[in-house]
Amino acid sequence: MIRDALSRRDGREPAGSESTRLILRLLTLGFVSVIVQESAVSQISIFGVSADLTPLVVMSVGLLAGSLAGATMGFAVGLFVDLALVQTLGVTSLLYLTIGYWSGRLHELRDPSHGLVPLAGGALATALAGIGMALVQFLLGVDSPVSFLLLQQIFVGVLVNALIALPVYAVVQRLIQPVLPADPRRRRRRAYTTGGLSPLSRPSERLGAIPRSAR
Amino acid sequence: MHDKQVRRRRAVLGVLVGASLILLTAYFGESPSSPLHQIQRGIVEVLSPVQEGASKVLSPVRDVAGWFSDTFRARSQVKALRRNVQKLTFELAQFQTDALVNRQLRHEVGLDGSSGISAYDPLAANVYQRDPQLWYATVSVDKGYDDGVRAGDPVIADRGLVGKVTTADPTVSVVTLITDHSNAVTSTVLGGRGETGVLVPAVGNPSQLLLQYLDPHAQITVGQLVVTAGWKSKPLDSLYPPGIPIGTVSNADQTQLVNNQQVQVNPIVDLRRFTSVQILTRPGGATQRAGLGGVTPTAQVGGG
Repeated sequence: MIRDALSRRDGREPAGSESTRLILRLLTLGFVSVIVQESAVSQISIFGVSADLTPLVVMSVGLLAGSLAGATMGFAVGLFVDLALVQTLGVTSLLYLTIGYWSGRLHELRDPSHGLVPLAGGALATALAGIGMALVQFLLGVDSPVSFLLLQQIFVGVLVNALIALPVYAVVQRLIQPVLPADPRRRRRRAYTTGGLSPLSRPSERLGAIPRSAR
Repeated sequence: MHDKQVRRRRAVLGVLVGASLILLTAYFGESPSSPLHQIQRGIVEVLSPVQEGASKVLSPVRDVAGWFSDTFRARSQVKALRRNVQKLTFELAQFQTDALVNRQLRHEVGLDGSSGISAYDPLAANVYQRDPQLWYATVSVDKGYDDGVRAGDPVIADRGLVGKVTTADPTVSVVTLITDHSNAVTSTVLGGRGETGVLVPAVGNPSQLLLQYLDPHAQITVGQLVVTAGWKSKPLDSLYPPGIPIGTVSNADQTQLVNNQQVQVNPIVDLRRFTSVQILTRPGGATQRAGLGGVTPTAQVGGG
């Protein structure tokens, strides 16, 4: 109650409302990404492989919203993929929740701000999904001979997904950033860079420009 | 506060990992008629209109991307295809003569055509969803049990075999392609002594199949056509009728043939691109097929 009232006083939405909106947006994002993937993207072949949006979406959610949201989103998207494609249930969920959790921890521990982080994250997420799926299938038993070209296919898939990782991240960011709960660390950093709240910036502002002789 | 967050995070992660492992174990050990499989089929049925709609809406995007890749591919294939046309025109004349003689002889001997492709009713269906992954090669089509489709029905596209129906729901079906690791087809190499083997996919290479269990001294050359063998024994017949083209021999290395009893085959149909198929349904579907046991609409089927 108090938190909601304080939020309203600050001109922000109440925390409960933000969480609901975030969950709704994540659900919509997961549903649409799987449908678009299966209906269109999977049928477009680039260098003999198809791009896969789903691990990129999960990685992006983890990077933006943290490990808890990332892991839950990964589990849900993976389960939906397994259900929609009549695959062995649980395999993709397990892999995607690992991707979501790992990218979320990266956000929580390092909070990388470099613009190319989603590209590297997308490549790693795709590699993890490809290699992980191969390992699980080997553990479950493969009836047919396995070609060494499998490695090549995984590698090309990683490259193709890395190419589209940045636009996918940008779309996910645009969709969920407005409803993300405020991150104190990010708010502090933004304040420092704009000179608003940093205690170090204020004295120099008060003192004005340093005379040339004093340098 | 921080400890509480850490505990909560770990608890959620543990629950999700546990749920995934329980689902995996339960699903893997269950029969196709179990609750989890039924839920999965129900969700496929519910989602199919959404996916069909999305597939139609997004078809211009697919077409534009396909146009570029098709143009480049077509240019590289022109020369080889012209050569093939010349060769096939000559062969067609020979085969038409042979077919005439064959028909007369079959009539004289009294063989029926119940195991051939003519005994099936082809049913056209559109592909509305495709699996991009290396491990599960399946497509979903917009015809199902209500249209006469049954689990185990062979599926062809562009006059070549693409797979078989593994799940038939009332309005949609799931087709497992011949490149799926669970698939195997008894096949014959046309020409020579008519060598027969089992065609299996090479996992990781969707454009190649392996014809295994051949005679080590078989006389097989590159370019020979591979078709379904098809067999019949009293009430049982194989999943695939004989004579459906599957692919051409792309590598018939004698060393590989002697050591591994296998040759490489390229599928006739581009299994990543077809958008419509023909399901070979049987009128009545009464004949029992090998591997099916009882003909249930959703039975998971093995090789044929």
